[in-house]
Amino acid sequence: MKITTDIASAGNKSDKTRSDCYITIKKLQRSKKLTIKLKSKVEKLYGADIEKLIRKISSFYNLDGAEIEVEDFGALPYTIAARFETAYKRIFKNETKEFLLPIKKALITSTTKDRVRKSRLYLPGNEPKFHINAGLHKPDGIILDLEDSVHPTEKDAARILVRNALRSVNFYGAEKMVRINQLPLGIEDLESIVPHNVHVILIPKCESKETVLKVDEKIKSIRQRNNIRNEIYLMPIIESALGIVNAYEIASSSSNICALTIGLEDYTADIGVQRTDAGLESFYARSIIINAAKAAGVQAIDSVYSDVGNLDGLYKSCIESKTLGFEGKGCIHPRQIKIVHKAFAPTPSEIEKAKLIVEAFDEAKRKNLSVISIGNKMIDPPVVKQALKILESAKQNFNEL
Amino acid sequence: MIKNKVGRYVPLYVNGIKQVAFKGVDKYKPKGNKASPAISSCTDYPKNGNKLVRNLKEALKFSGLKDGMTISTHHHLRNGDTVTNYLFDVVHSMGIKNITWSPSASFPCHEYLIKYLEDGTIHHIEGSLNGPLGKYASMGKMKGTGVLRSHGGRYQAIQDGEVHIDIAVIAAPTADMFGNANGLYGKSACGGLGFALADSIYADKVIVVTDNLVEFPCTPWQISGNNVDYVVQVDTIGDPAQIVSGTTEITKSPDRLLIAEYVAEFMDVAGILRNGFSFQAGAGGTSLAFIPFLKEKMKQKNIKARFVRGGSTKYLVELLEEGLTEYILDGQTFDLEGVRSMRENPKHIMTSPFTSYNFHGKGNFASMVDAVVLGATEVDINFNANVVTHSDGLLLHGIGGWQNCLYAGCTILAVPSFRDRIPVIVDDVTTLCGPGELIDVVITERGIAINPRRTDLIKKVKNSSLPIRSIKEIQQEVYEICGKPEKPKIDRRKIVAVVKWVDGTLLDSVYKVTE
Repeated sequence: MKITTDIASAGNKSDKTRSDCYITIKKLQRSKKLTIKLKSKVEKLYGADIEKLIRKISSFYNLDGAEIEVEDFGALPYTIAARFETAYKRIFKNETKEFLLPIKKALITSTTKDRVRKSRLYLPGNEPKFHINAGLHKPDGIILDLEDSVHPTEKDAARILVRNALRSVNFYGAEKMVRINQLPLGIEDLESIVPHNVHVILIPKCESKETVLKVDEKIKSIRQRNNIRNEIYLMPIIESALGIVNAYEIASSSSNICALTIGLEDYTADIGVQRTDAGLESFYARSIIINAAKAAGVQAIDSVYSDVGNLDGLYKSCIESKTLGFEGKGCIHPRQIKIVHKAFAPTPSEIEKAKLIVEAFDEAKRKNLSVISIGNKMIDPPVVKQALKILESAKQNFNEL
Repeated sequence: MIKNKVGRYVPLYVNGIKQVAFKGVDKYKPKGNKASPAISSCTDYPKNGNKLVRNLKEALKFSGLKDGMTISTHHHLRNGDTVTNYLFDVVHSMGIKNITWSPSASFPCHEYLIKYLEDGTIHHIEGSLNGPLGKYASMGKMKGTGVLRSHGGRYQAIQDGEVHIDIAVIAAPTADMFGNANGLYGKSACGGLGFALADSIYADKVIVVTDNLVEFPCTPWQISGNNVDYVVQVDTIGDPAQIVSGTTEITKSPDRLLIAEYVAEFMDVAGILRNGFSFQAGAGGTSLAFIPFLKEKMKQKNIKARFVRGGSTKYLVELLEEGLTEYILDGQTFDLEGVRSMRENPKHIMTSPFTSYNFHGKGNFASMVDAVVLGATEVDINFNANVVTHSDGLLLHGIGGWQNCLYAGCTILAVPSFRDRIPVIVDDVTTLCGPGELIDVVITERGIAINPRRTDLIKKVKNSSLPIRSIKEIQQEVYEICGKPEKPKIDRRKIVAVVKWVDGTLLDSVYKVTE
C-alpha cells in the first residue's frame, strides 16, 4: 500500500463543535502496537463503546502499529467511523475498502417519481450535527450536500460521512437526496453514494443533456454491479444562462429525471445581475424552467429563499412560485419547511374540486364506465392523477397542522 | 444511611445535624412554632435613622462575626454579583474560619470563592451549587456536605429553624441610610429582591450593601429598613451587563423551537389555554421559547391570561403591555425590559419565595398556576426528574424554583431527547430532585410522553395530531440512535451533597465523582 505520509487527521474540533470528533492517526514504522488516546465529552457513558468501535475499524483495515487520538464532542458512531476512515485513507491513499456499519432495515425505503416535493432541506454534507434531527422537521426531502457547502479540502471526508449518514440516520420518511459535485468530481461521488439507499441525485450546474447522461450511465453501471433494485431519480439544477437555453433538452434527456430546478444565486451571477426580492431578473429563467419541466412531464421546483429570518417574505415568495407553476421550493433552514408547505398546500376550492373528480373516478370504476365525467364535462386520466396528488398534499398538510 | 420512601439512600446526619428522610409527597408536616428572630428595641438604633457604617468590615465586626457562623447572600445580581466575592475577601482578612455560606443561588462568577473553600474560610455551602462550585464539590473537595434546596425550601428551612442565618448580606441596587431597599433603580438595577426577604426577617443581623444611596425614604421598600442593622455604601455592587441581559434572546435552534411549538400546541389541545388561565415561564431555552408560539395562539383565539409567573423577560412584558395577560407575578427579573416594566407598571408585581413557593405558608402561588414549563438534566421512565447532576454524576446546577413549580396544575418538562449523544430519558435518574407523581408531561423533539397517571390529559389530546408516545418508546428510539450508555462509576461511600425536598426532608444524595 502506498504511503506518502505517516500521520493524518480528519473531523472537526473547536469550542463550538458538537456531534463530531477529530481523529488523528499516526502510523508507526517499527511497532505493532495500537494505542488509543480518547478525550470525550461523553467518556464516562460511551468511552468503552468508542474504543471498541475504533479497534473494530482498525482490525478491519489490518491497521496495527499506530497511535490513534480521538477528540470527541458527542459524535454518533456513524460519524466516528467516517472520521476514522477518512483519516486512514489520507494516509493509505490507495485504500478502496469501505468500513460500513450495518444498515438499519427500517431505514431502507423507496420513492416514486411523482411523489410530492414541496420542500427539500439542504444539509451541509460534512456537518453531522445538522443531519441527526433534520427529518423531525418533516421536509418532503433532505439533501445531503457534497458540493458548495463542503470546503474543497474536505470533499473526501464529506463523501464518507454522507455515505454513512444514508445508512445510519433516520430521516423519518423524507426522500433522501444527495447533491453531488460538478462533474467530473461528481462521477466519483456516485461510487460512494449510489449503493446506500439514496433516492434522488441532484446534478449541480447542469448545462447540457450530456452531463445528465454521464450521471445516468454511471448510476446504471453501479446499480448493475451492486445489484441495486430501488429506483434512483435525477434532479438537474440549472444555474447558468446556457443551462436555461438547454432546459428542455436537459429535462427530457432521461426517463429517470423526476424534477428540474434552478439555482438563482449562480444564475444571477452568470447573467451579471443582483438577485432581488421582486425577482424580475430571473422571471424569464424561472418561466423557462417551468415550461421545460412541464413539457418533459417532470416537476418544476424553485430555488431557495435565502433570508432565513424573513418568514413572511418566504411565504410571499412561495405563493408567487406556486402561481407561476412551481411545485416546490428549496429550504436552507428547518423553520422554513412549515411555511413552504403551507404556501404550496392546495386551497380549499382546489381540494373541493379534486374531491369531486376523485369521486367521479371512483364511481366510474364501480360502474365499469370507460368515460369519466362530472356533469357533462369529460375527465382525462391526467386530471384524475392531479386530483389525487392535490388530496395527498392536502392530507399531508392537515397532519402537520 | 437509610433508604427513604422512594428507595433513595440518604444520611441520618448532615454536617452534624439530624435529618428526616423523605416520606412521600405531602406526607411530612412538622409541628410546633416557627423560628423567631430576637426581640429588638428601636432605641438601640440611631434616632435619625442613619445606619450607615464606614465599610463592610465594620458592619461585620459590629454584627459580631465569629468562626463557624452562617452568612447568607442572594442571587438577584446573578453572574454580575461582586458583593459576595468581596464579602469573603473581607471575612478572610478578618481571619475568620469555617463559615457556612448560604446563598439563594451561586453563579460561575463565584468560582473565585474556591480559594476560600480551600483555605477553610468557608466550611460548606448550603443552598445551591452551580457550575464550578458544583464541580469542586463533586470531586469531594468541600469540607462539609453541600445542602441543596429549592427557593421555597430555603424559606421553609429558615422558617422552621433548620437554617439559622447569623448574618445576612443583602446587595441592594438602591437603598437609603435606614436600610429600605429595592432593585428597581440605580446603575445595578436588577428587578425584585424577593430572595432576600426571609433573611431580612429572620437573620440575627442584616447588612444592606448598596451602590446607589438615596435620601430617605427609598420607595418602594421590598426590603424594609425596619429589619436592617447596618447600611454600607460601596462604589459598585456588580457588573450591570451580567446582572440583567440587555435583551433576552430566544433560542435559534430549530430543534428547541420544535419542542417549544409542541409545548404551545399541547397547552392548547389539552385545554389549558382558555380565558383566565395562568402559566409560568423561565428565562432560558425552551421554557422561554414557547411563549411566542403561545402568544400567537392566544391572539388567534382571543384568549387572555389572568396572570403569568416569571422569571420576567421582555416576552412576558409584551404579553402584559399588549393586554394578553392582566398581571405578571415576578419572582426574578431577567432583562432590562423586565426591570423597566416592574418599575413602571403597577400590574407587574414583585413577589418572593414566601408568596410563591414556601411550604410553611398558608398556601402558595405555585399550586395555583395552570401550567409550568421546566427543563431537566434527566427524566426517567417513571417520570422522576433530575436538575442538579448530569448523567456522569457531576453536580452542575442548583434547584432554583424548580421543585416548587412541580405543584402546578400541569407540569411540563420540555427537554431534548438527548444532548451530545447523552440520552435525557434514562432508566433511573442519577439524582432524584422531583418525584414522578408531580411530573405530568415530557415534551421532546421526538415525541410527547404523558404520565399514565394523567388519564385526563391523555384523553384530551388523544385525537390531536401531536406525536404522543410512551416514554419508553422515545427512550428506545434514542438508544437506537446513540447506543445504550454505560453506568458511570460513582463512589457511593462518599456523599458530597444532599437534595432536600420542599418540606425539608432528604430526597436524595449526591455522590463523589471518580476521576
